[in-house]
Amino acid sequence: MSDRVPIEVTVNGAPRSVEVAVTETLLDALRWDLDLTGSKECCAEGECGACTVLVGDRSVNSCLVLAVEADGMEITTIEGLAGDGGRLSRLQEAFLDAGAVQCGFCIPGMVVSAQALLAENPHPSPAEVREGLAGNLCRCGGYQRIVDAVLHAAEPQPLADAGNGSFTHVFGARTQVKLPLPEGTATPSEASA
Amino acid sequence: MRPFAYARPGSLADAFDLLEAGEPGEVRPIVGGTDLIVGLQHGTVRPRTVVDLKHLADLRPGISASDGRLRISAVTPLTDLIADERVRRWFPALVEAAATVGSVQIRNRASLTGNICNASPAFDTGPALLVHDAEIVLAGRAGERRMPVADFVLGPRRTDLRPGELATAVEIPLPAAPLRQKFARLTRRRGVDLATLSLCCAVGPTRTRFAFGAVAPRPFVVDDDSGVLADPSSAARDRDEVLRAMTAQASPITDLRAGADYRQAMLLVQARRALAAAHSQPNGG
Repeated sequence: MSDRVPIEVTVNGAPRSVEVAVTETLLDALRWDLDLTGSKECCAEGECGACTVLVGDRSVNSCLVLAVEADGMEITTIEGLAGDGGRLSRLQEAFLDAGAVQCGFCIPGMVVSAQALLAENPHPSPAEVREGLAGNLCRCGGYQRIVDAVLHAAEPQPLADAGNGSFTHVFGARTQVKLPLPEGTATPSEASA
Repeated sequence: MRPFAYARPGSLADAFDLLEAGEPGEVRPIVGGTDLIVGLQHGTVRPRTVVDLKHLADLRPGISASDGRLRISAVTPLTDLIADERVRRWFPALVEAAATVGSVQIRNRASLTGNICNASPAFDTGPALLVHDAEIVLAGRAGERRMPVADFVLGPRRTDLRPGELATAVEIPLPAAPLRQKFARLTRRRGVDLATLSLCCAVGPTRTRFAFGAVAPRPFVVDDDSGVLADPSSAARDRDEVLRAMTAQASPITDLRAGADYRQAMLLVQARRALAAAHSQPNGG
């Protein structure tokens, strides 16, 4: 029988005490002990990124962290990204706006990885977004719209909100983004042609 | 996972106690865990005790420079190595190599020392460490010893780590000036793929050194002291002759990533490109 060990973690801003098996991963602890099922188990070996969570401000594969190692950590899961009353974050909204969500299984990991990327690099290039999300696989193959969503979320806020943002800066960033038109009007390639 | 005990010592001395309490192989240190936990999941690693080295008061994460050497503590995530200004200035090829390990998530946990100790023939940081004569620091009850990373890795999954020892740091001697250097890697996919082959070259005033990874049981170094590769004006045919002789020392295998012939052929191609890229860099001095 494996030992069970008490750990103290801060999850999405709330302190949590939980007893975990030594053989349990952080992902298991989040899903089964803390009932936070947004983080997904897929490959369980650090290839797919579906289990990505933030430790502090850094993304990690929660399937490659033992729950006992997580003692004392500050963890943010996909459930912790929305604002008050479950209001979706700008990044989450961008995923919806861009049509980035197909089956949805990879999306929590994608969004958390993108969150970490944008926190460190608020205005990434398309190549930087692809690199930042290289550890997240989407078996639907919806990468282009996922990248679009992150670029969209990274756009400077409209002038009224951006304060000192110059028009050219806003315009320059926006032209890189090819958001699809509303459903039924055109495909992304037609829209950008 | 099979049952094991987890220990979180607070000092190196406590960690040595734990190492001595078990047979060699029964006690496994964990830093990033990005290889170890996969082994635990698959049952390929079956320790009695996993010893977490991330809370030792006398082994903190960090990179320091002294006595003409850069020291990277064993508990430093690759992300910190990649961001370090001194590493970026002196060993840009190591930064390139470290930035190819796994993914952002992996690099946020994995360590340079762990990458070495896992001793994969394809370990990404190997070639860049070898061209710079990197050493691994091995601490035991009796004190520290150092050995070249090139010798420490004996073969696939085998190192010269002795019972009771912990790898506590990597040290890289600082050259008089940064060498022109280039890392190259061939993979099927950019992210989260093991190298089909990797290499690093460092061009000095006369010596040009190559190290090759994933084309032999362990990474290895080959030097060109003829000056042909170091000379930016040497004829392409002469350079190729030297590069062919160097890359011929590889002994690649066929596996799911590539055939041996393909690896051998691409090693030469990548070596040419890396050398050209290194020559196109401003001379460090």
